[in-house]
Amino acid sequence: MRLVILDDYDLASEWAAKYIRNRIVQFQPSADRCFTLGLPTGSTPYGCYQKLIEYHRSGDISFKYVKTFNMDEYVGLPRAHPESYHSYMWNNFFKHIDIDPANAHILDGNADDLEVECQAFEQKIAEAGGIELFVGGIGPDGHIAFNEPGSSLVSRTRVKTLAKDTIVANARFFGNNLSKVPTMALTVGVGTVMEAKEVMILITGAHKAFALYKAIEEGVNHMWTVSAFQQHPRTIFVCDEDATLELRVKTVKYFKGLMHVHNKLVDPVLSVKDQ
Amino acid sequence: MPSNKSVSDAPITQFINCRILRDHKLQRDDLWVREGKILNPEKLFFDEQGYADERVDCEGSIIAPGFIDVQINGGHGVDFSQASDDAGSGVSFVAQKILEHGVTSFCPTLVTSPADVYHKVLPQVKVHDGGRHGAGVLGLHLEGPFISVEKKGAHPEQFLRTFRSGAGSLDDLMEAYGSLDNVAMVTLAPELSGSQSAVRELCRRGVAVSLGHSVANLSQAEDAVRSGASFITHLFNAMLPFHHRDPGIVGLLTSDQVPAGRTVYYGMIADGIHTNPAALRLVLVTDAIAAMGLPPGRHTLGQQVIEIQGLHAYVAGTKTLSGSIATMDECVRHFKQASGCSVEEALEAASLHPAQLLGVSHKKGNLDYGSDADLTLLDDGLNVRATYISGEEVWRKGS
Repeated sequence: MRLVILDDYDLASEWAAKYIRNRIVQFQPSADRCFTLGLPTGSTPYGCYQKLIEYHRSGDISFKYVKTFNMDEYVGLPRAHPESYHSYMWNNFFKHIDIDPANAHILDGNADDLEVECQAFEQKIAEAGGIELFVGGIGPDGHIAFNEPGSSLVSRTRVKTLAKDTIVANARFFGNNLSKVPTMALTVGVGTVMEAKEVMILITGAHKAFALYKAIEEGVNHMWTVSAFQQHPRTIFVCDEDATLELRVKTVKYFKGLMHVHNKLVDPVLSVKDQ
Repeated sequence: MPSNKSVSDAPITQFINCRILRDHKLQRDDLWVREGKILNPEKLFFDEQGYADERVDCEGSIIAPGFIDVQINGGHGVDFSQASDDAGSGVSFVAQKILEHGVTSFCPTLVTSPADVYHKVLPQVKVHDGGRHGAGVLGLHLEGPFISVEKKGAHPEQFLRTFRSGAGSLDDLMEAYGSLDNVAMVTLAPELSGSQSAVRELCRRGVAVSLGHSVANLSQAEDAVRSGASFITHLFNAMLPFHHRDPGIVGLLTSDQVPAGRTVYYGMIADGIHTNPAALRLVLVTDAIAAMGLPPGRHTLGQQVIEIQGLHAYVAGTKTLSGSIATMDECVRHFKQASGCSVEEALEAASLHPAQLLGVSHKKGNLDYGSDADLTLLDDGLNVRATYISGEEVWRKGS
């Protein structure tokens, strides 16, 4: 695991965006060989998306040959609803970049047959050659995507009923009205994300600190599903200072001491203009 | 990228680098147009996996819905109130010229005239869409002849009319005008006896009724509103002033007798107005006359001769104002500067509110998805840079 610790949210967002940018530019995606990117939603990755849009506007990166696969989507929420993950991705990312609409994949929470939809999604990932880099976040209960506590660590894309914690955490997006929050979602499984070549987890804020502690300093446990990535060959956790508040001083010092090594991954920052 | 649009193969235009007026606010966002209507790009992306065929760089311009002028008597030498054999050409000529002012739809207005003028002109002016040829005609605005002699302003006294009470006012209307097809609005004085049933007759035919050139008291004005009247022609001008014991027509703005769900709009020829919550229903009009766009001198307005002095238009030999030579974009700029209102409020007074008044806001006067793509591109000083009708550029500055 690489634990990359930046001073604050903005710097963490920037580091993550630079990393994604370098990975894509280095890959040199083309019509025959797309870069497959797994994507999250929520307040944590917002800053990262803003930076990526900035890099696109300055001409340093193109998403023309990038295929994206989002982690999850609510069940039963109209796609045009402002809180759907389709709306989030359109407003905060897709509408600002040059991605081919046919390459942007998000689970359809209004599909007639949800199981078929989930299987089709797994199929699309396989047909795309698997995910090159899966970017994710972590819930306060340690979940990745909507793999709530108790989810199998080898699970695949499926329908999940949301935990009370998650519903409460999401209520702020539905006028603080618990009854308006969807209770089910389609989500990639822990196993699905584990199959990606590389995983990058963004964790910012003090409220995520305990989950981060459980995810990396304790054992692999299906109650804290992000802990599964301890068994992935290439995982990067990008955090701000506040997210490290529950970690041992020794852990933090060790990884901070490695920042000069980590920073080689984002410095120099690459651009398509140089190709 | 190969196109994969499933709904339509028509080309899609994306206006970028602009600020659009949406939800009553100027927002940095792109505007998408397909087949003359505003398109929802999110639906296009997810439903059709479609994208733009053409991008128009607006260089930071403001995009407002095209302006709608519901009171304009002519311009550039054309006077709509003349018994011309080719009234249609005159309307078309003005329609083309006003594209420069950001106007994409208008109501050619006729002032009080003898019956033969109406009978001759009205059949020649039809409701039709705008385009490269000029702004669209939403219908005629007939200001008079059923107005008050005391507040006639520049209207010629000998052609004013009253309703023959008890004779059925539809007959009076038909006798005066000849036909009500293609009429979008009629201005009348509600104190005239028989006018209430005239208001109802007109509303039944989908014609908006406006109160003006009148000495009506508030109660008469409220009766007219209950009968369906929804507009006040050039508020404050040619009506009794707001008096604390009888507010008159102006009192409609604060009246509690307006039926629920109904709105009374009021027209302003923008000069010296102070904004207040009632400005939500303000409609900017030019009341422009034939002299608009021409050098100073003498021109006609129906049966009257008008003299231009500076920016004022008077009945020749008097100090009675008669119409203006202002253009719509001038009115928008002046309104904003004089009232201190926001850019959004000034733009909506020239687009959204007139559309709501005429009952066409489901397709005009706004940039909502599905509305006609009638656009006015403006710089920060609210000067018109370009005008579009149904997504097609119909005028550009410097062209």
